[in-house]
Amino acid sequence: MTTEILLAGFGGQGVLFAGKILAYCGLMDDKKLSWLPSYGPEMRGGTANCSVCISDEPIGSPLVLTPDILIAMNQPSFDKFVTEVKPNGKVFYDSTLIENECTRNDIEIYAIPSSQLADDNELKGGSNIILLGKLIKESGIFSLETMKKAIEKVVPPSKAHLISNNFKAIEIGMNN
Amino acid sequence: MKGNEALAEAAIRAGCKCFFGYPITPQTELAAYMAKRMHKAGGVFLQAESEIAAINMVLGAASTGVRAMTSSSSPGLSLKSEGISYLAGSDVPAVIINVQRGGPGLGGIQPSQADYWQATKALGHGDFHLLVFAPDSVQEMVDMVIKAFDKADQYRMPAMILADGLLGQMMEPVSFPEINANAHDKSEWAANGHGNNRKHHIINSLYLKPDELEDSVTARFKRYEAVKENETDAELYLTEDCDILLCAFGATARVVKSAVNSAREIGIKAGLFRPKTLFPFPVKEINEASKNAKKLLSVEMSMGQMIDDIKLAINCSKPVEFYGRTGGVIPTPTEVLEQIKKVGGAE
Repeated sequence: MTTEILLAGFGGQGVLFAGKILAYCGLMDDKKLSWLPSYGPEMRGGTANCSVCISDEPIGSPLVLTPDILIAMNQPSFDKFVTEVKPNGKVFYDSTLIENECTRNDIEIYAIPSSQLADDNELKGGSNIILLGKLIKESGIFSLETMKKAIEKVVPPSKAHLISNNFKAIEIGMNN
Repeated sequence: MKGNEALAEAAIRAGCKCFFGYPITPQTELAAYMAKRMHKAGGVFLQAESEIAAINMVLGAASTGVRAMTSSSSPGLSLKSEGISYLAGSDVPAVIINVQRGGPGLGGIQPSQADYWQATKALGHGDFHLLVFAPDSVQEMVDMVIKAFDKADQYRMPAMILADGLLGQMMEPVSFPEINANAHDKSEWAANGHGNNRKHHIINSLYLKPDELEDSVTARFKRYEAVKENETDAELYLTEDCDILLCAFGATARVVKSAVNSAREIGIKAGLFRPKTLFPFPVKEINEASKNAKKLLSVEMSMGQMIDDIKLAINCSKPVEFYGRTGGVIPTPTEVLEQIKKVGGAE
């Protein structure tokens, strides 16, 4: 079985980083995986999206066009990709920044005010990780333990002091 | 690990001691990784003032017998072409990496395979070839860099890894094999220090007497014959009974493999021929793969370049169709499946 995940938002929101955590979750669980970024030349702003495939089989095309799971962090990304989600797929979005005007009823849509929650809990830039917490709670694709292990791997040693903040963000995502 | 970083780490493990580069998207992570790691591995990383300077530094370093490498992306490769011709003309081994992007001109920064002709036919002026390897995964990039250094030394010719922006940017799990950076004996030709204990060696590509130049080129082409005989490599996937044989290399081959699997599910006997070496082109292998096929379909991220080699390899004995996207657009499995249906399957 292959799970295709698409993460999309503005550059600087941590879209690629969140994707990297999901890819490492696959690695921790001994799955086949691929992580493919797509972004413009800008350092911040612009659009950024990221394809992650998790599978038991070798992965063919690493480019995700019709995701099983969509994580949307801004309005244009939500509007653009929500129509592409596979039937029975799941969508997670930041309801602080996005208005859901989608009328599809063949997919499950989960809203969480992740930017607001990040601000309220003094987790600057933690919106992406809060969405991941929501994702593992509602999809069960990875265990909390797997994700914690992945975060420990992905966060570089120079920023190790931020690991606990990421754990906190996951918890907030799982409980909202 | 990211493809670009894996290329760099593999090179260091293969005993590369000198890296000269100049930044360009989408291969920059390679040079950045080299900058961090190379000095710890006892080697030299240098960001040159231009692509042209970088390739000439490679020529200089490799002339002493040390393993040297440079990397760039499409527009940068065009700039390096003079130096590559000099490397070939001087019989100096080196590894050159091209993480292709869209062209011509400055083009774009998204993946492309439109440098196939350049890599296999015209990487500079004069009569010469490079060994050209075409990986389709991060793991294969690692394996091929190691092989490229080895074969370059063995045949005294430059070798290229023809990757693309997709492979360079993507992350996949990768393992590094134990490498026996087996020392090829370069004492016969390398221009290194010798304390006046032997006649000095000259690394040169200038031969003013036509007869001498002809002899040197002819000798080189004799080696190319050995390369063609011994070094072809390809993956044959579901080709034994296929009616339609798809041909694709690099990242495109992954997309095509997904399409081939979907075609099989709906009863179309499709197969895939994936060359891992582009020079030498796997002629024997494609003839084996296509022996039962009625048609061939080449899928490329270009307007159709490898298709020429396919037609030559099978002597135009069967129809060869083409499907491609270019400019940085990646074909999708669905698109390719539509082409399979259109071209061949539904009989």
